[in-house]
Amino acid sequence: MLAVYLPILYMIILALLFGAGTVFLSHLLGPARPFKVKTQSYECGIPSEGAHYAQTPVKFYVTALLFLVFDLECVFLYPWAVYYRRLGAFGLAEMLIFLLILVVSYVYVWKKGALEWD
Amino acid sequence: MVTFKVILPANDYMAVLPQIVLVSTALLVLMMGVFKKLVNASAPGFTALAGSLLALGCVLFVGHHGAPSSTFGGMVLVDGFSFFLSLVICIIIALTILVSLNYGNFFNCMRTGEYYSLLLMAGVGMIFMATAGNLILLFVALETMSISIYALTGFHKKQLKSSEAALKYFLLGAFGSAFLLYGFAFIYGATGSLDIIKIAGFIKTHPQMLNMKFLVAAFVLTIAGIGFKISMVPFHMWTPDTYEGAPTSVTGFMATGVKAAAFAALIRVILVPLAPMQHSWVTIMWIAAFLTMTVGNIIALVQDNIKRMLAYSSIAHAGYILLGFLAGTGLAQAGMLYYLMVYAFMNIGAFGVVALLCKKGEEYTSISDFAGLGFKYPLLGLVMSVFLFSLAGIPPTGGFMGKFYLFTQALRSGYVWLVVAAGVNSVISIYYYLRVVVVMYFSPQASENSIVLGSVSPGIVIALATAATAVLVMGIFPSYFFSLAGNSIFSLM
Repeated sequence: MLAVYLPILYMIILALLFGAGTVFLSHLLGPARPFKVKTQSYECGIPSEGAHYAQTPVKFYVTALLFLVFDLECVFLYPWAVYYRRLGAFGLAEMLIFLLILVVSYVYVWKKGALEWD
Repeated sequence: MVTFKVILPANDYMAVLPQIVLVSTALLVLMMGVFKKLVNASAPGFTALAGSLLALGCVLFVGHHGAPSSTFGGMVLVDGFSFFLSLVICIIIALTILVSLNYGNFFNCMRTGEYYSLLLMAGVGMIFMATAGNLILLFVALETMSISIYALTGFHKKQLKSSEAALKYFLLGAFGSAFLLYGFAFIYGATGSLDIIKIAGFIKTHPQMLNMKFLVAAFVLTIAGIGFKISMVPFHMWTPDTYEGAPTSVTGFMATGVKAAAFAALIRVILVPLAPMQHSWVTIMWIAAFLTMTVGNIIALVQDNIKRMLAYSSIAHAGYILLGFLAGTGLAQAGMLYYLMVYAFMNIGAFGVVALLCKKGEEYTSISDFAGLGFKYPLLGLVMSVFLFSLAGIPPTGGFMGKFYLFTQALRSGYVWLVVAAGVNSVISIYYYLRVVVVMYFSPQASENSIVLGSVSPGIVIALATAATAVLVMGIFPSYFFSLAGNSIFSLM
């Protein structure tokens, strides 16, 4: 009975092997010739200053989150655009409702000042 | 040239009309909160109230007639059960908003558009949980509800306790959701479907499945996930801290709405489709129900903070409702629904009274803060006593009838010792509920001015009067409500 679920086990093993395998292979095959400048943390080409780990302002978090949300909106637009003709006016209305909800959230974010950096 | 053909999919939009109304109101309220210059400061609250009442009207207008059916490709179930739970949840939302309107007088952050918007969104999640016919929609609805409530819990932004409550609820809630999702994955693995009706059909036609450990694992994981939401022992640890730290209006909402939705999910996902495997869960649930009642009641005995006390009492009440789950018959499920309805009224009522003992920016939640309340404000003392008597299960309140239905059905199904334990527990609980009544009426040493009672707006008077009346009416004329609950169970998909 449980044999039916063997493919899931294979899948897990395959995923693990693929992940570990690529890391191992690139380590094995890739040439590694480190020297001092190369191992330094990269800072736009200029010599780096101070510790390479620094605190990042929490503002980035909000920005990244908002980017994610509005980015995903675009992802939903693509399949709709592909089937635009077949979905017809109903599809258009549905997408407009979806966009309206997003516009409301956009206005909210904007008015709350989350888009301003300072 | 593009020609548009309007082909409406064969979906029953009326079935989700209340949800549509609630979402639209939530968006409107959110915008009102942002454009502060254009609208009155109290506009978001009143708009939210209007929206929730409109949704309630929609539930009643659409009603439930005819055979149970499903729509949106099996995602939403249209049956009496959906109708009953939508009704209860809409009432809970409306009452919570009424309480919040008054509570907002003491805490400015409670008057914002976000607060009411989140409240309505949580309500939408609850209704979808009760009406979902697909495990995916159920999970999404659960998350919609939970995430809104996590945010609401931390709404006293400047109070550490509130933040702590929100963080605890969030972290443990995320764990609970993960368990639930894993359980759903196992159900899918075992039955090959996410559709609740198809799952039930598959289990009926494949009785050999019932002996598989697979399905037992699915049950255990799902019950852990939902057990978290209904604060079933041993998944109850977050309850007292979260209930205490959350704004009182939110606590009332959490204690009633989340529980109603989670018990609805429990009946939909487990009790009905997995009924044939009852033999394998009886022992687990027997112990869980016993512990939930006992732990809740025993620890409630020593609480001095009324919000903590009500939190432990809500754990105990979850234990009583689990009796109906164990009994499993149609009438027992009707008893569960009846109890959820009474519980909504009495608990929002009790928290509503607690939410009145405030002054600007401060809550008074110690039981000793109630000293002399019964003399100074006789009506308030009276309604609080009604709620507490009902919570304790003393006739002629709805709480008594709820316990009566649940205990009778459990007894008929043969859980004699569990009913004995529940009876003993009820007796124990009378002590701590009546302790508040005693403090309100029999504390001569309390000076008259020690009570802090904030401003009382008409809204909360209506809310408390409605809740108290409902508790009494449900206790005196229980058969109408019980048959309503019964009809909703018997037309379950």
